[in-house]
Amino acid sequence: MQTQANLVALGTIVRREIARILRIWGQTLLPPAITMTLYFFIFGNLIGGRIGEMQPGVQYIDFIVPGLIMMAVIQNAYGNISSSFFGSKFGRYVEEMLVSPMPSWVILTGYVTGAVVRGLMVGAIVLGVAMFFTHIRLHHVFVTLTTFLLTAVVFALAGFVNAVYAKKFDDIAIVPTFILTPLTYLGGVFYPVSHLAEPWHAISLANPIVYMVNAFRYGLLGVSDVNLYAAYAVMLVTAAVLAGFGLYLLRRGVGLRA
Amino acid sequence: MSAPPALDVRNLTKTYANGVQALKGVSLRVEPGDFFALLGPNGAGKSTLIGILSSLVNASAGEAEVFGRSIHRDRGGAMQLIGLVPQELNFNQFETPFDICVNQAGFYGIPRGVACGRAETYLRQLSLWEKKDVASRTLSGGMKRRLMIARAMMNEPRLLILDEPTAGVDIEIRRSMWKFVTEINRAGTTVILTTHYLEEAEQLCRNIAIIDKGSIIENTSMKRLLSKLDVETFVLDVAAMPESLPQVDGVRLTPVDAHTLEAEMSRTHDLNSLFAALSARGVTVTSMRNKANRLEELFVRLVEGNHGKAA
Repeated sequence: MQTQANLVALGTIVRREIARILRIWGQTLLPPAITMTLYFFIFGNLIGGRIGEMQPGVQYIDFIVPGLIMMAVIQNAYGNISSSFFGSKFGRYVEEMLVSPMPSWVILTGYVTGAVVRGLMVGAIVLGVAMFFTHIRLHHVFVTLTTFLLTAVVFALAGFVNAVYAKKFDDIAIVPTFILTPLTYLGGVFYPVSHLAEPWHAISLANPIVYMVNAFRYGLLGVSDVNLYAAYAVMLVTAAVLAGFGLYLLRRGVGLRA
Repeated sequence: MSAPPALDVRNLTKTYANGVQALKGVSLRVEPGDFFALLGPNGAGKSTLIGILSSLVNASAGEAEVFGRSIHRDRGGAMQLIGLVPQELNFNQFETPFDICVNQAGFYGIPRGVACGRAETYLRQLSLWEKKDVASRTLSGGMKRRLMIARAMMNEPRLLILDEPTAGVDIEIRRSMWKFVTEINRAGTTVILTTHYLEEAEQLCRNIAIIDKGSIIENTSMKRLLSKLDVETFVLDVAAMPESLPQVDGVRLTPVDAHTLEAEMSRTHDLNSLFAALSARGVTVTSMRNKANRLEELFVRLVEGNHGKAA
């Protein structure tokens, strides 16, 4: 009975999140399509044509496709949950959930699922755009899907933690601008980290996005700069730590309950 | 074994991070089916107490049970029984009233089919059905208040907590809201009301607690509390003020303006001697009313008395 009630509550949050994504599609789905088209056109088509192969048998435009999809997934999963959950705090309607019998894990899972769904939608849009410029074929379905899902979950959880601590809208813009974007650009989206000289190569390996981008690149193209097991370990451990921390924050009511 | 009380609060304390002690060991008991008034001046601790009961504020110490279910040990079970109408608007202004109600039911694990039926029932009862599909930000203030009542009813709570639900609402809508709440109370829902409109509390509530500076300073039945009021003040509208006022035993007459007199007297004192004395001076009384609502009078005295003790 309790499980049934929790599933209904979970479905309610997910439905509400999806309704929000679709209601404001001009802010949630359209911008990544435009941005990524520009990336593919400028970096892939115009500049990439002069660069040639990045790794044996992989043209530059093909090389950047997995990274650009991951970039869109990371930014959108993070942005969805941070703006939606912070919005519910700001508008006080988070109280609708806090006064209900719904356990903390349902709230967290519901918001993370909503963010993953947006990541999935945006990822599909970017992949669709990529198909106009490239002819990539899926190399490994399981790796592609699991990397996609784990990356979206990790950044949804990170966005949730950000939203819990945020006190004003500026607080949810700082992390994407000053941390997420630099880490993504330095995460091997546009270049193979194996091409970097030391110590930059070693420093790059401390960036978790490197593992996500490369695992996804392996799934799509069959090439990677990092060990696949190491990539899964990084993603699973990061997701577990952030999920535990998110639950702790919800249960303690940090930033939510007086 | 007797049924557990609707609400049993024991030694509840709350000290905020800034050191403010909002509740100082509050104990309170509300019986099932009661219509209970929780009154107090601003900053007395009412909203903190309601916040703790509805899981929006963490208590520092103490215990509270809703129909025998602890809000700490069985939070889910206790919350299932509570409906909250908060003081501040707290719904998504971009959502429609229908979605707000159905989603709220969903948070309580109520299947969508049942939730849609309940949303229709309560939105109709609160005259909001015509507005069910508009963005809730376009509703009037009174409609938004009624929407919060409809939303609080979605889990059909056994204990409905109304935290100043009629603040800023016009008299007609206020009456319709009270009609609805009175009906659900008659149907068995226990109601706890905080309000600054004390005449509402006097008319609606059977029992009352007054909280001030984080402590309960009075907790009794409305009847018993009102019987404590031994002095009444009447406002008399007179055709013309005499040059000097008559002396009447047990009555203190005070002129307010050229056509208004105030008469303060014991509740047991008869009015005949006052009217006789005024007639003898040629004063014509054109109308008369109680200066203040009886509960308001008592409330002010109790709170002022408590402040005097504290000083």
